[in-house]
Amino acid sequence: MNSKSLKLIYNNSILGPIILFAVLFCIPLVSSSNYLFSILTMIGFYALVCIGLTTLTGYAGQISLGHAAFYGIGAYSSAVLTSTYGLNPWIAIIIGALISAVVALIVGIPTFKLKGYYLALATLGFGIIVYTLFKEFSSITGGSNGFFGIPPISLFGYEFITDKSYFYLIWVFVFFAILFTRNIIHSRIGRGLRSIEGSEIAADAVGVNLMNYKLQIFVLSAIFASVSGSLLAHYVSFINPDLFVANTSIFFLIMVIMGGKGNIWGSIVGAAMYVLLDEILKHYVPLLLPNVGGQFEIVFFGILLVLTLIYMPDGLVPRFEKLMSKFKKKTPTNGALQSTISVNATGGDNK
Amino acid sequence: MLKVTDLHTHHGYLHVLNGINFELSEGELLAIVGSNGAGKSTLLGTLAGVYRPSSGSIEYKGKDITKQNVQKMVSSGICLVPERRQIFSSLSVKDNLMLGAYHRYRRDHKKVHDEYEEVLELFPRLKTMLNRPGGLLSGGEQQMLAIGRGLMANPKVLMLDEPSLGLAPLIVKDIMQILRKLCDERGATIILVEQNVKAALKVADRGCVLAHGQIVISGTSQELLNDPKVQEAYFGKMEAAKV
Repeated sequence: MNSKSLKLIYNNSILGPIILFAVLFCIPLVSSSNYLFSILTMIGFYALVCIGLTTLTGYAGQISLGHAAFYGIGAYSSAVLTSTYGLNPWIAIIIGALISAVVALIVGIPTFKLKGYYLALATLGFGIIVYTLFKEFSSITGGSNGFFGIPPISLFGYEFITDKSYFYLIWVFVFFAILFTRNIIHSRIGRGLRSIEGSEIAADAVGVNLMNYKLQIFVLSAIFASVSGSLLAHYVSFINPDLFVANTSIFFLIMVIMGGKGNIWGSIVGAAMYVLLDEILKHYVPLLLPNVGGQFEIVFFGILLVLTLIYMPDGLVPRFEKLMSKFKKKTPTNGALQSTISVNATGGDNK
Repeated sequence: MLKVTDLHTHHGYLHVLNGINFELSEGELLAIVGSNGAGKSTLLGTLAGVYRPSSGSIEYKGKDITKQNVQKMVSSGICLVPERRQIFSSLSVKDNLMLGAYHRYRRDHKKVHDEYEEVLELFPRLKTMLNRPGGLLSGGEQQMLAIGRGLMANPKVLMLDEPSLGLAPLIVKDIMQILRKLCDERGATIILVEQNVKAALKVADRGCVLAHGQIVISGTSQELLNDPKVQEAYFGKMEAAKV
């Protein structure tokens, strides 16, 4: 194995993803439910966005409430380029990612001079502007009526039409996104990013180029969101601006915080929790409260976010990791037991 | 080694540094003392490239570095240990130290690892807690970590902003002795900004008193310790001033 491939699997990072994907890819062996695959595919779309967002929020400590805009830019780029101009979907995905990267760069330069609430508000404003553009430029985007007839993706003549095939496709993207992001996090760049999250003053003092890193990671997270949006467009074949409204950005952030904002696995767990809870809500809330409107989700997830921030500010995955480490400490291994015995036998104690 | 001439810095409309002049020789420990709001931290920030000076010049080894940004200052060998330590609390002690060498890690990582061992020799306490998150260290340990992180930058001029802040007197004494040792044994050049005037002047070679953005008194540490105005202002010795 050469040094480049070694770097790709830095710090055993490939083991976790391989186990996850081995489990995921075994699911078709036990179930052929289209509903299940559609759920897992949606988790994949959101996980891809959240992996990018967690590097920005959890590692670099920057809050974005505008990632639905990049999700939308990817989706509309793919839709317009493939349907209107007849481009290959793969090329459209790449062009969409490039457009998102350029937009992120243009938005990021003035925005990352701001901090805290101001940064969050500026990105929220950006998201609202892009949503309005999707709605108003109806000659290109189809406006509020939406954009119909987006072709499916194909690879070497095979069309990804079924939920099952799309499930495989999106999770391959998620797999590489995890590898790529973990590689970044465990490198010198990752250390620099975490230093920004720790203390911008100290990071500045040790020579970390704050603006440069913030911009780079913002662009990377925008590309992830854009690719996810593009894949979504080819999956659902119909998109409208309401998919990329400001609430979507807030939901992305909720997924990241619920799962654990400084943890890539947290992004996947957060996305899975969101999709599953959303499905449960959509099924049971109309049965229990027949007169309730369509906005109950934002209320429910808003309350869940507040509760998470109060009782589990690190998120689910870090909390689980802490519980596991406590459990390991409580049940000493044979080696630890042996050493305890030998310490006692030689009369050693803390006194 | 370092020459500062007529340095002015503004924070918005506020004229914080109002014509600072001083020179620093190699291997010297210079203490800059003064009360709150005198402009001490702004002076260090300006020298480190965090703040852009409005006018004046900073010369380092004969080269004008006034307009250099922080990254270039660190690469040139001018490194700031900021106020309140600013430890990366979620990162391990080892990562905190390694981040000090951030700007040159890729270039000479072998040398960085050697210097990492040297820093640990200087602060053996840190050696026992390399994997502990920086945020879980005590105040004194965090200060040692902050100084160690600063040393990892391999600085020619190390600037410390109030390293005694919030520390017990015994730990302050230890920290000050370490700084003196760095100068005596390693030939380090240090600018120490302090409100703990006595502790700083006891270990420094020279001192400057900063007030309203200007250096109002300067001299050797002993001269400053014996200066009636300094005694009156910082040690509360009114009678000494009258005598």
